[in-house]
Parts: sequence; structure tokens; C-alpha cells
Amino acid sequence: MLRDITLGQYYRADSVIHRLDPRVKIVATFVFIISLFLVKNFIGYLVAGLFLCLCIKLSTVPPKFIFRGMKAIFFLLLITMVFNLFLTPGEALLSFWKIKITKEGIKLALMMGVRLVFLITGSSLMTLTTTPNNLTDGLEDLLKPLKKIRVPVHEISMMMSIALRFIPILMEETDKIMKAQMARCADFESGSLINRARSLVPILVPLFISAFRRANDLAMAMEARCYRGGEGRTKMKPLIYKKEDAIAYLVLVIYLALIIVLGRILFS
Amino acid sequence: MSIVLSHVNHIYDEDTAMAHPALIDVNIDIQDGEFIGLIGHTGSGKSTLIQHMNGLIEPTSGHIFFDGKDIGEQGFNKKTLRANVGLVFQYPEHQLFESDCFKDVCFGPRNLGLPQKEVELRAFEALSQVGFDPNYFYQSPFDLSGGQKRRVAIAGVLAMKPRVLILDEPTAGLDPKGREDILGLISSLHKEMKITVILVSHSMEDVADYVDRIIVMNKGRVAFDAPPKEVFSHYKELEEIGLAAPQVTYCMQDLATAGFDVDTSVTTLQEAKEEILKALSKC
Repeated sequence: MLRDITLGQYYRADSVIHRLDPRVKIVATFVFIISLFLVKNFIGYLVAGLFLCLCIKLSTVPPKFIFRGMKAIFFLLLITMVFNLFLTPGEALLSFWKIKITKEGIKLALMMGVRLVFLITGSSLMTLTTTPNNLTDGLEDLLKPLKKIRVPVHEISMMMSIALRFIPILMEETDKIMKAQMARCADFESGSLINRARSLVPILVPLFISAFRRANDLAMAMEARCYRGGEGRTKMKPLIYKKEDAIAYLVLVIYLALIIVLGRILFS
Repeated sequence: MSIVLSHVNHIYDEDTAMAHPALIDVNIDIQDGEFIGLIGHTGSGKSTLIQHMNGLIEPTSGHIFFDGKDIGEQGFNKKTLRANVGLVFQYPEHQLFESDCFKDVCFGPRNLGLPQKEVELRAFEALSQVGFDPNYFYQSPFDLSGGQKRRVAIAGVLAMKPRVLILDEPTAGLDPKGREDILGLISSLHKEMKITVILVSHSMEDVADYVDRIIVMNKGRVAFDAPPKEVFSHYKELEEIGLAAPQVTYCMQDLATAGFDVDTSVTTLQEAKEEILKALSKC
């Protein structure tokens, strides 16, 4: 049940995509998302789709894994598409009572749907192929210029990496506490809404206590190893761009150019 | 009151790249009133196995029978099963949540739908059984020491009056005194209340003194299932799977090779002492 959440889950494999510098992957994901909003016709989406498929193929992550994260946004997707389908004004194709389906509506609903699916797929591909540690390292490096305007970049990235690191731990903990209470005949599934909400107390109280205990232990461990924030801190594995990363950037530029030319200018 | 596992297999994350078997063709027959030690290395499948016994995990294939009824069958009442097979998890004190100890122990029996009076009576009984000081009944469990918290948590399961009690590493993280207290407590529960006890541990030393049957798990399979004396006689094989026989066994083996006429199958310190004295008087 809790295992279905793909967010922040890393799929271990050794592929070109996995080996890329995290900064490249973050930039690429960012560019990909922007490109989805630049596109105005189906040719553009075709290019974006092909690019995404190529990346998935190269990453060797089984597609099943990538689409597992889709379950969570299924309803969002459905609602978006339904709203676009029925509420877009334009040339009516079908109409009954007060509802009418327009040509523009169908087009917009499809585009929105595809856009959302691509968006989620693209970003989960990044989290699946990059370890949380690498991800925050990359982010920290990319956000470095913000330090000039006194944004605490290091602290933010440290908080992020700790938060990401704790997701699986707390999920495991929840699973354990749930089982322990189930062994005492706790019932989480039946009863009225109020009863069900109340039945969460035996899970939430131990979970919060354990989270605080872990936070306390971690703070102590960091303190014991003289952690004093990012000032003058060096990295064991500093991020260095390699040849593959340069090629990846080049591919990205070509992709962006293609999207702009095909998706906006040529067939608009 | 018997639990029978027949050809039980369990595979985690089946149908994914991370699939790995946790239990492979496990056949175990547990009878009324037994005191069993379940031993295995970390990751040998002990915890997975015991969670099958009260229906928290369902086997990928195979059947589990409780009192002759298949627990995987549609309509089998899991609540009755869990009330009868009490499971105390590792570090059970982490599951405490109520504002005082007494209320926390009431949680289990209340879930069984018993009347308030009965619930409180059972909670009181259970707390007394585990030797918990009545002065602390209405204190927050979070103010207690580790050993005391653990007693409260064990009482929380005992209050459901289970006929089988399974404890997953009940002595983990306790000091030697607390360890002995808890093991003594479990042993007396077995003797006085005649409940079946399954004690999970990775240490032979812990269980050797108390249990009358040992089940050794190795990589998801049952490696040995016999009385302690017989299991410890395979101490060479035990070492190969990363476990060790109690120190007494090694000591007696060494004495025997040194030429003393001692019985190498003794398992407890007391027996060993008598055996050595007997051998010395013969000299």
C-alpha cells in the first residue's frame, strides 16, 4: 500500500542516464517542463514524447515503475480533462441539455492530459535515476548564485536531503506501528468517519514520537561530527562535468530548438 | 490450539525487479503448551514467519491452519485469531500512545468489544502478571525506563488473553538485569498460565535455558526443528549459518576432547556444573 509512492524513490541501475551529472538532469527536467508549455500543436507533443521515450529507454528503468506514480494523479488528470472537455467555448460537436462538447474542448482536454502525463513522467524519471543525495547536491550547486542575495542555499538543500532521506524510514516505521496496533486488534478500515479518524491516533502518536527521537539523534550525531553549516565545508565527491554531460547538454539544446521550430513556428 | 504451517512461501515485492523470497517451503506444527525458540540470523525470515502466524502477512502460496481452520479462507475472523495469537513486536515500547499506562493496556481488550468492567479487569490483571508496580499505573508511559515500558507493552498484548504468545526479540536493547527479568517473566507466564510461547531471538544463549524446542531458520528455510540438545549437537553446522551454540556446549566439547568423561549434550549452566563435578569426582 505504502510502497506505491514513487516520489523520491530511486531505482538502482547503471545506465547513461543514471551516470549523468545531477545538475544536467535537473536542468533537463526543467527545460522539458518548460518545453511542454511552449508547444502549441500535436507535432510538438510527438517530439516531446519521443524524447521522453528515448530517455526512459536509455535509463533502463522498467516503464511499469515510472507509471506507478501515475496512479496518485489519476483523479487530478481526470478532473482536468473533464473540465476542459465540457467548459471550453467554441464550435459545438455534441450537445445535450446544457452540456456541449466542442472541437476546441476535445483538443484542449487531450493536450492537457498529455501535458500532465509527460510532466509527471519526466520528473519521476529524474527522481528514479538520481539518488536523493545527488539531487540535493546538484540543486545546491545550481542555486549557488542565490547566495549573493542571502538565500541560505546550503541549509535549504540540507533540509531537503534530510526530508527525502526520512521518507522511506518513516514509511517503514508507519508500517511497523500499524502492524503492532493491528496485532492488538486495532481496526483502521471500518466504522464511521469520526471513528476512523480516531483510530489513527494509535498510529500518529508513536510516529510523531519516533520522528522526534530520530531528529534528536540525528542532530546529536551531526553536532558530534562538528557540523556547523555550509561555510567552508568540502565535499567527498564534488560534482564535476564530464564529456557525457556536455553531450547531454548539446542534445538538450537541439531538443529545445526542435520543439520551438516544430511546435510553435512551422505548424502554428 | 494448534498452529500448522503447510508449504508456506512468501515473496516480497513479487513481480518486480526487487523480488526476493523471504520464506521457502516452511512446514511447522506448533502444539498446545509448547515453549519454542525461533532462532535465525538477521534476514533469515523470522519476523516474516511470525507475522504469518497471526495473519498480518498472507503467504504467497501455502496454507496456515489455526485450530484446523485455514486462516486464508474467506470469512475467517482475523480479529479472533489476533486475540488468540498475541504478537509482541521488537521494541514494543515504541507502540505505546496513551496518556497513562493503564489506558494503553486497555486498548487491546477494548478493541475486542468487551464491556468496560471486563476491559479494566483484564488490564489490571495483565499489568500485575508482568510485575508492574501499581504506583506507576496512571503515569505516562513515556516517563518510564526502557524495561518498564517494555513490560507495559507486553501487558498490552497479554490483556487480550492470548493462548499463544509470540515475542520478537523481547530482550533487544536491555541490560543484563532487564534481560533476565523479561526472560524469567516469559518463562513464568508459560508455566503458570499454560500459554504456548514462541520466543524469537538471534542468540542461543538467551533461549537455551528456557525452551523445549528450537526452530532454526536460515535464508527463509527451516534448518533445524528439534529439542535444544539435538540442535546444539549440530554446532558445526550452526556456525556455518552464522549462529553459535551456547558457550556451555563449547566448554563441554573442549573438556571432552581434553579427555574428561563428560556428557557434551548438556545445555544449561546448572547441568554443566553437575556434569563437571561428576567427572572430577571420578578422577
